[in-house]
Amino acid sequence: MNQPVPLSSLEEGQEALVGTLCAAGSIRRRLRDLGLTDGARVVCLQKSPCGDPTAYLIRGAVIALRRQDASTILMKGVKAHGADDAIHRNSRA
Amino acid sequence: MGLTMQSTGTAALDAGLHIDRTDPAMRVIAVGGNPNVGKSTVVNALTGLRQHTGNWPGKTVSTAQGSCCFEGKPYTLVDIPGTYSLFANSAEEEAARDFLCFGGADAAIIVCDATCLERNLNLVLQAIEILPRTAVCVNLMDEAERKGIRVDLHRLQEALGVPVTAASARTRRGLKSLMRAVSRVSREEAPTPPTVTYSPSIERAASRLLPLLCDLPSPGPSARWLSLRLLEPEESWNTAFYNYCAALPQWETIRAVAAECRDQLTSEGVSPSLLQDLIASRLIARAEQIAQSAVTAPPGGGFARDRKLDRLFTSRWTGIPVMLLLLALIFWITITGANVPSELLSSLGTAAEDGLARLFETCGAPDWLTGAVVHGMFRVLCWVVSVMLPPMAIFFPLFTILEDFGYLPRVAFNLDHAFQKAHACGKQALTMCMGFGCNAAGVVGCRIIDSPRERLIATVTNSFVPCNGKFPTLITILTIFFAAGSAGGLVPALLLTGIILLGILMTFLVSRLLSATILRGVPSSFTLELPPYRRPQIGQILVRSVLDRTLFVLARAAAVAAPAGLLLWILANVDAGGMSLLAHCAQALDPIGRVLGLDGAILLAFLLGIPANEIVVPILIMTYMAGGSLTELSLPQLQTLLLANGWTWRTAVCMVVFSLLHWPCATTLATIYRETKSLKWTAASFLVPTLCGAALCALIALIPV
Repeated sequence: MNQPVPLSSLEEGQEALVGTLCAAGSIRRRLRDLGLTDGARVVCLQKSPCGDPTAYLIRGAVIALRRQDASTILMKGVKAHGADDAIHRNSRA
Repeated sequence: MGLTMQSTGTAALDAGLHIDRTDPAMRVIAVGGNPNVGKSTVVNALTGLRQHTGNWPGKTVSTAQGSCCFEGKPYTLVDIPGTYSLFANSAEEEAARDFLCFGGADAAIIVCDATCLERNLNLVLQAIEILPRTAVCVNLMDEAERKGIRVDLHRLQEALGVPVTAASARTRRGLKSLMRAVSRVSREEAPTPPTVTYSPSIERAASRLLPLLCDLPSPGPSARWLSLRLLEPEESWNTAFYNYCAALPQWETIRAVAAECRDQLTSEGVSPSLLQDLIASRLIARAEQIAQSAVTAPPGGGFARDRKLDRLFTSRWTGIPVMLLLLALIFWITITGANVPSELLSSLGTAAEDGLARLFETCGAPDWLTGAVVHGMFRVLCWVVSVMLPPMAIFFPLFTILEDFGYLPRVAFNLDHAFQKAHACGKQALTMCMGFGCNAAGVVGCRIIDSPRERLIATVTNSFVPCNGKFPTLITILTIFFAAGSAGGLVPALLLTGIILLGILMTFLVSRLLSATILRGVPSSFTLELPPYRRPQIGQILVRSVLDRTLFVLARAAAVAAPAGLLLWILANVDAGGMSLLAHCAQALDPIGRVLGLDGAILLAFLLGIPANEIVVPILIMTYMAGGSLTELSLPQLQTLLLANGWTWRTAVCMVVFSLLHWPCATTLATIYRETKSLKWTAASFLVPTLCGAALCALIALIPV
């Protein structure tokens, strides 16, 4: 499908699935323990006032990551967040 | 590798942990969970402990324990640090894991957040793998209900294979059923939960080791868990793990087989780092699976309100202004609210002092005794109570409300960029927030920062935020000199906000400076959880913090202010060469004080105030009043007194700056030494703020009028 992009490039309101975790060592383990494993859905919620760090929704928790760390996570299937929900609601209505 | 981490971890764990095992009926229960799921609240509710709780991850940085009795049987509950996993990758994780495995825990309670169950289940699965005698407490059920999240406890219990109970620990709901579950898992036959199955090669290796691990000591980790950990390279084992293994029967055989298994795994393409990845992602996948079957949430996860609040508190345009407004609002409430009780307490104190003096007189006490006890000890005590106590008693609960609400991590989120620029950690903002309450607490809080370098930066700069004990000094001076005639306390509140901003600015500057000099380095990685907003328990906070805080301040006042009052009275009344000792001291310090735009008496007050910042102003007044006697203390009279002693606006500015930037109090210094175990860093923490304050004051003193 589309090219993998770093998590740091997601805009507010976009979501994507985790493809590859490029970080190594302790930060890799930390990110993994937060639930950033293959296929996990991540929503970019909100950038901080200076644009870095950014808050992401990861497995039901809101986690702030710095650009430097988020850029080590490659994402696939980027789309606007809530697109599915909207379709869902429309079809139900 | 891991040795230094381990020593810090165990040291943190060992602090004050003592478990009495003489009673055979006693069961030791480790209470674990993700950060910020209310572990401390559960432990407090069960044991009646009074640990400070707050809505931010990492609140419990050291291990606390308490005991309770259920159905006539004794339990010791140990609150272990909150972690996301038990792979021992950081100091807290290692401490938590080592306690679960080797700390003598008979059973565990894993507290979960019902609003974020999936992530929590990862830790639950890991804990169950280590210790099948685990009870799961799904906490914050009330929050989940409010958000429309439903948790099917039966399914959860079935999937996990251990008792699962629901609780709302803040309102003490569900605690009995939790204790019933704890009693079951710790006293009856151990549950046999289904194991999480890993890839075939890992399972093959583990099953080769398993038969060798049949007679493991109890309490201790399960054979299944041990067999998996033995597959990790020996270099990654910490001392606790190694010592445990070395004491096993047939250890040499086990060790040899484990080495073979590792070689086999490597030949099958499973490297050590891949091994951990495979195990971790399998656990996470299983957690996801369980959560999907047991949790139903509305679209958006029920967090629509949280996202709206986040947009207000952390967005580009409103984040910083709202933060400043909140700060100013808190100060305004503090200043305005403190006026009335301050005056009341002051007049009460004066009346009591008169009464006491008369009583001494009727009893025929000599003048020096009346002077020392009544006009020395008692008077300073009264001043501390009347001038210092009200603002502290108001500020503290207000700040606790913000903390309980979940606002503080948002501050860290907003400010992280600046900390990154200063090559420090955004979590330093949290330690600074704690510093507003008490710098010693802030220094202990620095443990939440993983990188030792960044932790030291946060420690050394913590006293740049004025603690609760400095606020009254700042407020008093600001009100007297810069807000004359203005009603409502708005001007001093704004000025105070400005002073705090100066402190924060200094924190950034000095942090950057330290990163470029004695603590050289680049910022490390940073992950910060922004927890769900929670409704603050206002009633409880008010009662608790006013009472606790008041008692604490009173106790400290009695311990510090009273002796200081006595010492001061003696210094002020013992003549040496026609001048009191106090005057001699003040005179000796005067040249230095003048350079800093202050005077000798002010410097003396700061020096004598080392035991506690609350007593600086009372000491100053005492010194100025050594000659005459003033019966009642009000702001206008204080102003007259200060002006009579040669104060100008410049003195006031320097006083404010120096009280913001000078050495930390004795308690904080002792805490810094305990945390860093280094005289060098304790000295640095003394010198850095002092030099900053002195330099700034000296500059202000040079400004021509």
